[in-house]
Amino acid sequence: MNALPAAALPQPRKVRRNLRELAERPLMILALVGVAMAAIFAITPLSGMVGWALCTYVGFVVADAFDIYRTDGPVVAKDRIATVLVATAGLCTVVPLVLIVVYVVSKGLGGITRSFFTETLESVGPADPATVGGAKHAIIGTVEQVGLATLLATPLGLMTAVHLTQSRGRLARVTRVLVDAMSGIPSIVAGLFIYTMWIVRFHEGFSGLAAAMALSVLMLPTVARTAEEVIKLVPNGLRESSLALGAPEWKTTTRIILPAARSGLVTATVLGVSRIAGETAPLLMTAFGSDAVNTNPWHGPQSALPLFAFQRVRNAIPTQIARGWAGALVLIVLVLALFTLARAAAARGRKVLR
Amino acid sequence: MSDLGLLVETARPLPQPRVITPGLTTGDKVFRFLAAAAAASVLAILGLVALFLVLEAEPALKVSGLKFLTTFEWNPDGTPAHFGIAALIYGTAMIAFIALVVALPVAVGSALFVNEYAPVRLGRPLVALLDLLAAVPSLIYGMWGLYYLQPHLQGTSRWLTDHLGFIPFFHTTRPVFGSSMFIAGIVVGLMVLPIVASVTREVLSQAPRGVCEAALALGGSRWGMIRSVILPFGRSGIVGAAMLGLGRALGETIAIALILAFNFKITTQILAPGGGSVAGLIANNFGEAGEAQRHALVAAGLALFVITLIVNTVARIIVNRTSKGKMED
Repeated sequence: MNALPAAALPQPRKVRRNLRELAERPLMILALVGVAMAAIFAITPLSGMVGWALCTYVGFVVADAFDIYRTDGPVVAKDRIATVLVATAGLCTVVPLVLIVVYVVSKGLGGITRSFFTETLESVGPADPATVGGAKHAIIGTVEQVGLATLLATPLGLMTAVHLTQSRGRLARVTRVLVDAMSGIPSIVAGLFIYTMWIVRFHEGFSGLAAAMALSVLMLPTVARTAEEVIKLVPNGLRESSLALGAPEWKTTTRIILPAARSGLVTATVLGVSRIAGETAPLLMTAFGSDAVNTNPWHGPQSALPLFAFQRVRNAIPTQIARGWAGALVLIVLVLALFTLARAAAARGRKVLR
Repeated sequence: MSDLGLLVETARPLPQPRVITPGLTTGDKVFRFLAAAAAASVLAILGLVALFLVLEAEPALKVSGLKFLTTFEWNPDGTPAHFGIAALIYGTAMIAFIALVVALPVAVGSALFVNEYAPVRLGRPLVALLDLLAAVPSLIYGMWGLYYLQPHLQGTSRWLTDHLGFIPFFHTTRPVFGSSMFIAGIVVGLMVLPIVASVTREVLSQAPRGVCEAALALGGSRWGMIRSVILPFGRSGIVGAAMLGLGRALGETIAIALILAFNFKITTQILAPGGGSVAGLIANNFGEAGEAQRHALVAAGLALFVITLIVNTVARIIVNRTSKGKMED
């Protein structure tokens, strides 16, 4: 143990400056530019808060880069500009979501009353206030249509995913491409498809079932794709041990692999549901809409929450528009809750698999 | 007694090796068949979509012939019926173009931010929020765009036409703004932002780490590294992501149907009311349409289906080719 004299040890270079030190100068520049812009706006014909904010931002980017340029040169200054712009873009993506949710809540909250969930629009006249009548029929319709669509699309999607993960044949390769192509089908085309097939050719009327079929066309690729990803995550050792113990392939899949991926498969289904719950376009030509309760999904036009909101907003009457916003609020809460649930299940599932 | 037991034991025949039947059991065959059938059903559904749309569009296409692609009017109920999707295709493309102009820079920026700049603690929630944005229904975007964004963009529209009116797109003959392709385009841009951003993020995260670090080690700044390694690596992937966004934007329906004031002209004045969209027209007219019009609308839907299918498939091929990674370190 021959210890070096302490003084000979080089001190590690201090790379990380603390945040306060880092942010102090830019913040000062920002404040200066803001005040300067305010002064310019006061004496020239420029006006408006948005304009001021934009000018301040541009001014800040330029001034901040110039400040860096003086001390560190052009390379670092360019890097600085890029950093500021990229960070702005990253944070910008959050803004629309916040704006949308806040606006829908502020417009829709007034319409959320008891009657919204317990009454229909059957006997509501144009002069009735927004507190009369509700969307009971639409809620029933949405639950039935989305439920039926889930029953149709989930088994099909899961089996497709099983095929995609276990087969290396040509069908699997073609299917993988087609599933992607299918996920890009515009929702209105799915509606037109069911309309032309089920309603025109097979002479069935508008019904909840027709809507469910159109929705399942949209749901299938989401479920198949997500389920495929999830099944791929199951450790190969599990599959191999089961096969080595003599279990046939189908038992390995149904008893070992699928249960191991269970929470992920739930995620796949719920993601699919959140994808279709808010779809409006395909319902226009399949469920068609109605103002009364129709609990029979096999027969007769049915309403649904998105359809309800769309048709209310189309109306020029303020009370109807208010009802539409209430419907939109219920819808967005439903969809976002489902989506968050799916993500939470996925996060937990990943932990279990590890 | 115990001797007897021993005797019996030795008298047993030697255990034969278990017969192992290689290959699949009947259950396996059935299960494989079911899985293959499910996979084939995807193929079948796409085929059926094409088939039934063609069958139902045929009467309309017979009436209009090839002029369906070049006619600007939409009057399928008139005598003689005169309709085509030229103006609608133009409007659809224009809205999709505006949407991409809005979405692409933000998407690439946010992808770079999450991958290269943000600490994990900030990046993760950002990704989650962006996914959440993708889950918001089209209808709600439309309502928000119509009632919130449209009034708030009046000033911007006026400013653009006052100060940048020399650019043909921003010129307006009458100072009326709203229900325009500009607003529809911005709303659709927000709708396609999540998908473009998430595909871009995925593609850019595949950039070879070793080369990135080499660039940094040679003294390059972070931006220098991005410009010389990540962006060249991801260029075609970004193109693919943009095309996926384009495919979505072309098919957007309800938001456009709510916002746009339909007319059947080709105009570069994107700030003024008017414009067209194939999907939006179908949603708007379907309810009150008579027999002839419905055939015509289905024909328009068929055109939309073909276009989006081509755009999406090409986009996927580009994206998949990039993410397999040709640039290894």
